[in-house]
Amino acid sequence: MQLIRNPRDFYAGLLFVAFGVVALVFAQSYPLGTASRMGPGYFPRVLGILLVSLGALQTLIGMRRKSGFPLEWHWRPLFILLASVALFIVLTTWLGLIVSALVLVFISSAASAEFRWKEALIAGAAQGVAAAALFVWGLGLPLPVWPPFFGG
Amino acid sequence: MELLDNLLLGFSIAVTPANLLYAFVGCVVGTLIGVLPGIGPVATIAMLLPITYGLEPVTALIMLAGIYYGASYGGSTTAILVNLPGEMSSVITVLDGHQMAKQGRAGAALCVAALGSFFAGTVSTMVIAAFAPPLADLALEFDAAEYFSLMVLGLVSAIALAHGSVLKAILMTVLGLLLGMVGTDVNSGMARFSFDRPELIDGIGFVAMTMGLFAFAEIAVNLERTMRAGTIADGISSLWITWKEFKQSFAAVLRGSAVGSMLGILPGGGATLSAFASYTLEKKLSKDPSRFGRGAIEGVAGPESANNAGAQISFIPMLTLGIPSNAVMALMVGALIIHDIQPGPQIMTKTPDLFWGLVASMWVGNAMLVILNLPLIGIWVKLLSVPYRILYPVILLCCAIGAYSANNNMFDVWVAIVFGFLGYIFLKLECEPAPLLLGYILGPMLEENLRRALVLSRGDYTVFFTRPISSAMLLLALGLLVLMVVPAIRAKRETVFQES
Repeated sequence: MQLIRNPRDFYAGLLFVAFGVVALVFAQSYPLGTASRMGPGYFPRVLGILLVSLGALQTLIGMRRKSGFPLEWHWRPLFILLASVALFIVLTTWLGLIVSALVLVFISSAASAEFRWKEALIAGAAQGVAAAALFVWGLGLPLPVWPPFFGG
Repeated sequence: MELLDNLLLGFSIAVTPANLLYAFVGCVVGTLIGVLPGIGPVATIAMLLPITYGLEPVTALIMLAGIYYGASYGGSTTAILVNLPGEMSSVITVLDGHQMAKQGRAGAALCVAALGSFFAGTVSTMVIAAFAPPLADLALEFDAAEYFSLMVLGLVSAIALAHGSVLKAILMTVLGLLLGMVGTDVNSGMARFSFDRPELIDGIGFVAMTMGLFAFAEIAVNLERTMRAGTIADGISSLWITWKEFKQSFAAVLRGSAVGSMLGILPGGGATLSAFASYTLEKKLSKDPSRFGRGAIEGVAGPESANNAGAQISFIPMLTLGIPSNAVMALMVGALIIHDIQPGPQIMTKTPDLFWGLVASMWVGNAMLVILNLPLIGIWVKLLSVPYRILYPVILLCCAIGAYSANNNMFDVWVAIVFGFLGYIFLKLECEPAPLLLGYILGPMLEENLRRALVLSRGDYTVFFTRPISSAMLLLALGLLVLMVVPAIRAKRETVFQES
């Protein structure tokens, strides 16, 4: 007997139940109020209960109905993409927009199966300069362009 | 004639140099993302939203609107020439459009798509001008109870029209409503779900969330499949259509415009639904349905007119009731709020310039799009040869900087990363992110009106059913929910979306 017949439905259900539980736990500290004078905890609790109950129903459906094709996760491209953005955040204040944009473009390019490092390097450098020109010099975003120790 | 005066006012605003320029920019960008598969209007509008902060509100809206309906023009180009839909709304155009291209009639298909869209755009501009004011007048009579019921109806019908599982769409909407609660509660001043982060006091960054859910997650999913560039059908010899083709497509364009004008107003409707409905209608009405799928020009003319009409008509509920009917409109509401304009029926009376300027600009934009899409088609086709591996890092960088620029704060970029991660999981589990965005935008309004209605009725929940308009809307919502659960109808709804 297979427990999870449709992983898409099953895990989606669990995810929503988890969100509902988090909402309910935090909403405990918000005053409930009455129907005529609703407190800040009233509506979130209603939503939390909805998420938990309908999420549980979704989980049950995932255990009963079969799915057509298997669920496959490809974490590598996602993590490379998100890591490149995280690095961008950290590097921008330290090394300026041009370097951090180059790093973002270069690393995120590696998420593709058709990665070519020379091409990515050139594209990254070009986009770093273009981003600085458009967003900092053009639109006036308060971001450093060069690393601070360059005196820029 | 009040209507004429209003339209004249609108055109006087739409043709100022700045507004013309930004309408043009919007149309170009819209066509661009329409042509390129893998970037949707939602992600693009979120990306460009920060650029509009410094503009006049009307100019900002004109540009953003141009992106939306521009994408429905551009999407057809890729659908016809490369057998790949550039946008969801052009999925159906692939069927007959690409067949026509294979038979050497690519030019005719492109021509009928562009001219049909232009005709539909003209019709829907008139429809908006004629029907929006009375609807706004009606909405001015609405009290909190009516607004609450209206939003419930809006959310329920958005769920009804969402693709895939109904239960998942409901869950995504509820989660969106909950995400909308994050930040300071207006009534009590209490910070909810803010985890003691000062950045969350004003709520989750709307731009950052959209970028994560739509742009980051979509790129990750796209990278799983190898994005093969299709073979471009060559020989766009002549952009003219024959007299026979004109006769065949004329009625389809008329019907498509009507279908789009009706379905566009539905919450959850808009371009995609209208295109699907129009294709089904054309096939049903055709004397020889077997021609469909083998290059029937009606199969291009109808849906292409319908998707453009639907895209424009979906502005009506947003502009008159302040209620967004799809994810793009949710972004427009976000843009209005950023400009300190409260969306709702008072837009038309308080800022007639904004309303009529936007309506008139739609017609101007449609005229620009015909020029962009017919004589300049060669440029767009060349763009298709840019590989995805070059394209997506550009999108990623623009999103990262865009998320930062919303509040000049890197915290928003972290938010985008978190929602990118969540968005990927949602996409893999077949949970559409659009209902979540709608819920997020409507959440605070829904709670506010629920509270106010119950304060007025002293805690009596029957107020929603004793007021006639409110009760009618709630019953309609309930009816829709029941219909969705009935299996027979659900099966039918699946087939409508599966005919692609």
